[in-house]
Amino acid sequence: MYTLGIDIGSTTSKAVILENGKKIVAHVVVPLGTGTVGPVRALAEIFEQSGISHEQIAYTIATGYGRLICAEADEQSSELSCHAKGIHLLLPQADTVIDIGGQDAKALKLSPLGRLLAFQMNDKCAAGTGRFLDVMARVLNVPIEQLGPLSAASKQPAKISNTCTVFAESEVISQLSAQVPLADIAAGIHNSVAKRVAGMALRLGHPVCLAMSGGVALNSGVVQAMEKEMGCPILVDPLCQSAGAIGAAVLAYEKLLQAKERR
Amino acid sequence: MMSESIATIKAADSAPQVKPKRPKPKSMLMLAEQSAALFENARLAKERGEKVGWSASIFPQEIAETLGLNVLYPENHAAGIAARHQADPFLQECEGPMGYSNDLCAYAKLNLAYTSVLNNESAIELPDGGKLVKPDFLLLTNNICNQLTKWYENLARQLQIPIFFIDTCYNPWDYVTESRVRYVRAQIDELIKNLCEFTNKKWDDEHFKEVMKISQRNSFLWERANNLLDRKPAPLSGFELFNYMSSMVCNRGKTSSTAILKQLNSEIEQHIADGTSTFPVAEQFRISWDGIACWPYLSHNLRTLKKYGINMVASSYGKAWAIEYDDLDGMARAYCFASTNGDNASTMIERRLEALKRFGCEGTIYHVNRSCKVMDCQMMEVQRQLAKAAGIPFTSFDGDQADYRNYSEAQFETRIQGLVEVMQQNKEDL
Repeated sequence: MYTLGIDIGSTTSKAVILENGKKIVAHVVVPLGTGTVGPVRALAEIFEQSGISHEQIAYTIATGYGRLICAEADEQSSELSCHAKGIHLLLPQADTVIDIGGQDAKALKLSPLGRLLAFQMNDKCAAGTGRFLDVMARVLNVPIEQLGPLSAASKQPAKISNTCTVFAESEVISQLSAQVPLADIAAGIHNSVAKRVAGMALRLGHPVCLAMSGGVALNSGVVQAMEKEMGCPILVDPLCQSAGAIGAAVLAYEKLLQAKERR
Repeated sequence: MMSESIATIKAADSAPQVKPKRPKPKSMLMLAEQSAALFENARLAKERGEKVGWSASIFPQEIAETLGLNVLYPENHAAGIAARHQADPFLQECEGPMGYSNDLCAYAKLNLAYTSVLNNESAIELPDGGKLVKPDFLLLTNNICNQLTKWYENLARQLQIPIFFIDTCYNPWDYVTESRVRYVRAQIDELIKNLCEFTNKKWDDEHFKEVMKISQRNSFLWERANNLLDRKPAPLSGFELFNYMSSMVCNRGKTSSTAILKQLNSEIEQHIADGTSTFPVAEQFRISWDGIACWPYLSHNLRTLKKYGINMVASSYGKAWAIEYDDLDGMARAYCFASTNGDNASTMIERRLEALKRFGCEGTIYHVNRSCKVMDCQMMEVQRQLAKAAGIPFTSFDGDQADYRNYSEAQFETRIQGLVEVMQQNKEDL
């Protein structure tokens, strides 16, 4: 039985097809978010990639900021539960998940069965989110995916304000004017994100086993900075960016099972 | 203030359904009349050349009532402007030409700008025609907020009028020491003397006793109405109680409030007897609300909670005005403990824990109010300890009591949905 999860974020759209709630049959990431053709393209690509037709999908759950306007979904669920479910499938040993998405950051506390027990989210400000990193990469004129490798060469990370994206941007420009090496600025940016997100995540207590999900987890510089701030190693699955969509597909499967049990 | 129309459904119905709008209940109509009378009486008093005051929201209202003074409430008035989405020009004026910081309390920002219009220093159009008439004196306590003292000092300087002030101090313990009672009581005595001199009024102990009796009756009825929401399902949509707060904030010592609150209690009792509720969908979850209402987005808050079948059955906010005492010493004691902003964390947590249990709450929503830094300061620790002690989940959202720029609808809904998912799991685990 196939279920479909679609995670329509603010900057990307992700889709995953799952077989019997466990096996990932296909996954796609389209770098366009809600309000664009991203969700439609993600769905088209997932069916093409998997060879599975729309009719073969037993149930679909949408998540992410665009979840409420996804006509293809049978149901929608918050990205909080979906990331919890998705990471539990990928990394079942994790008891805490940090998801840094395009415009919000979340910390999730999980039960041993992968249930969401408690959560914290960033405030309205975009500092410490993927959008913050996008803005900074643009100022540095570095592709976003190069920000992590670039920061690895840093010898003396620059100090960047962690309270406001706009202030941080002007700080980065000042650092550039002062000819601070790009690697140090990139490392400073990662430290800034890590300090802000760790401050929020530690409200849930110290993790036993910490995992990261969301696209920002692909940035090795952020992960290293987060490890330092959280004081523990961080597990990252290669499919971390699709964790929300995976969780949505898991939830879709669980819904079907519950419906069967009720019958 | 909130003006949602009220639809009544059978509380036992399970499926969400749209009901035709029903007329407002009698208590709401009485409330609207009372509110209009408050402003109109102040206007007429001003016309007669009598002195009219502005008051902080938890100043002992009974003093002004005993003296027969007309007093208006800037905090309540600012909340009304914010709830009607009329705040923008005032916020712009305050932060722009007037030069105040964006970080100030938005009630203060709104009122300072409104005052500049009354004082012919600004040309903003007043959406209510200036019904908050220019004051001749200010009544102030710092039991709810310390920023109020600076706000009122500026008003006093701007308008060249006196402040009558009671300093209540911080509450390091969960009781008020006798030395503090003496300190506050001495200020009350002095304040009454000075206020009588300034307004040419005479203090009448017998009349004060009558007012006090009315005020106590109103506090009892207010608390009773709040407590009736402990029924499952609750007979009322909890947010509706916020409507009636003007009776307690502005008219606590008046018999018109007694009539309104008696009517409200009887309407709630009728719902209980009939098995109906004004909460328009089936009550699936019961939550407590921590913090001041997010007035500019009250309808979005309500719509979102309704969508998930969440009824707010307990609130720390409204009950602050259930103030009980029976003499001037008692008044001194009671007004020291009137607001959560003056409470120490352990007292605050204990009170909330009791409420969570009494009202059968399954979660808590914390309004991280950008206007009220003192409230937010304690909130994180209260969340942590209370969630642990009560074993129930919570979420918080960024908002503001009057500044519409500090809120995101999408973020609010994500948090609420996340809370619902955790509460649903908890239900299934039972």
